[in-house]
Amino acid sequence: MNSADSNPLLQTPLNDLHLELGARMVPFAGYSMPVQYPQGLMAEHLHTRQAAGLFDVSHMGQIRLEGPRRAQALESLIPMDVAGLGLNKQRYGLLLNDEGGILDDLMMVNRGEDLFLVVNGACKAADLAHLQQRIGHICDVIPMHDQALLALQGPQAVTALSRLAPEVTRLTFMTGMAVNLNGIPCYITRSGYTGEDGFEISVPAQDATDLARLLLSQPEVKPIGLGARNSLRLEAGLCLYGSDMDIRHTPSEAALNWAIQKVRRTGGDRAGGFPGAATVMSQIDHPDTLTRVRVGLKATERVPVREHVQLHTPNGTCVGETTSGLLSPTLQEPIAMGYVAREFSTVGTLLHAMVRGKAVPMQVVALPFVPQRYVR
Amino acid sequence: MIKYTEEHEWVLVNGDIATVGITLHAQDALGDVVFVELPEVGSSFDQKAVAGVVESVKAAADVYMPISGTIVEVNEDLRNDPSLANSDPLNTGWFFKVRMSDPAQFDALLDETAYSALTQ
Repeated sequence: MNSADSNPLLQTPLNDLHLELGARMVPFAGYSMPVQYPQGLMAEHLHTRQAAGLFDVSHMGQIRLEGPRRAQALESLIPMDVAGLGLNKQRYGLLLNDEGGILDDLMMVNRGEDLFLVVNGACKAADLAHLQQRIGHICDVIPMHDQALLALQGPQAVTALSRLAPEVTRLTFMTGMAVNLNGIPCYITRSGYTGEDGFEISVPAQDATDLARLLLSQPEVKPIGLGARNSLRLEAGLCLYGSDMDIRHTPSEAALNWAIQKVRRTGGDRAGGFPGAATVMSQIDHPDTLTRVRVGLKATERVPVREHVQLHTPNGTCVGETTSGLLSPTLQEPIAMGYVAREFSTVGTLLHAMVRGKAVPMQVVALPFVPQRYVR
Repeated sequence: MIKYTEEHEWVLVNGDIATVGITLHAQDALGDVVFVELPEVGSSFDQKAVAGVVESVKAAADVYMPISGTIVEVNEDLRNDPSLANSDPLNTGWFFKVRMSDPAQFDALLDETAYSALTQ
């Protein structure tokens, strides 16, 4: 570890609480973040799958778009249906560059008076500059520096949260509402990054520690670090920006066509009109032109396969590379995601992951690895 | 007598056989160990050569040979239950045993005091 380099790390509003809870802090996206608490990654992972885990994700960027033309403005930067997004409905989105490469992925909610975006921590400064430069003259682009973000995830998240605010049981997956939690004004969506039922809670920074303590005092809830967040999201088949996709990948290559609604595709009422549209639409229309695709992989031997491991055919030709990988705490099997040449992307294809010079047999499998348990 | 390396292995010598494992500090830094790769019995290694791998969910680390020699035994229990490296790193979580080819190397390893100073 080199402490001499770079800028001092930023802290989230929960920093003192993390230290008090005994977290091991690591640099992540320019912040000092808890990678794990004394329980450890494995116990935290399993607790989230069985009960409820509280995550501090305040490093992520929260941005509001205001003004009558905000939906139209955002549609000029992303290939999603924004104008058709109902009140308090949430949707996954992708910011693209002019080549169709993915600048970031995000969540957006139509809150009525604004569009509320949550973007990746490592990308938030660039995203904000991009939004201000490209649509800042059409709508107001407002960073929400004074908001923290907590995620409460797991099958008992609803039990814990509804004890404080019974109305949250009315939310379904990918919807949101303004909720007063013990006097604290919050905006809550039923969504997350673990594959479990759960909530993301945008809360004023000054109230974040009080709210976190209140949630942690519920018997179902334990604090969960970034380590388990990563293993949970990988089991759920969800991409990590910067690892499983970045500007070098298009939505089709990243197997994210499902995120692009029909209305923005060829033949749709608002087809195209976003950066990289020619490439992105053509790849959706002609999937046979793709040279590589993101896939899920599972090993048959109990040897973990990590990121940046080459994928070979059984006769030794390199046809791809992993982008994420670990031993699944739930399945107790090695799982990975990676990019492979399109002709090797069919479910059931056998490949060899080259780990320390040895071939670990892996099969291309459908995602997610662990079934998602969203409340629809 | 037990000694330590700067790479966070411990070495316990009995006659010309050295038993090697990872330290309490090492297993704590790694977190939950889920996989170990152990050397083959009969293979020989120079001091500081990579003799094995230890992986947690979040990280992988090489296990270095603290002392030159030939592997005489590996811990099959650890291979079957890598969590022994966390729960009992200094005893049942040992990695391998080496017949030392240059026992004088042992004297140059870190003693308890020097190793605890390193991990402060």
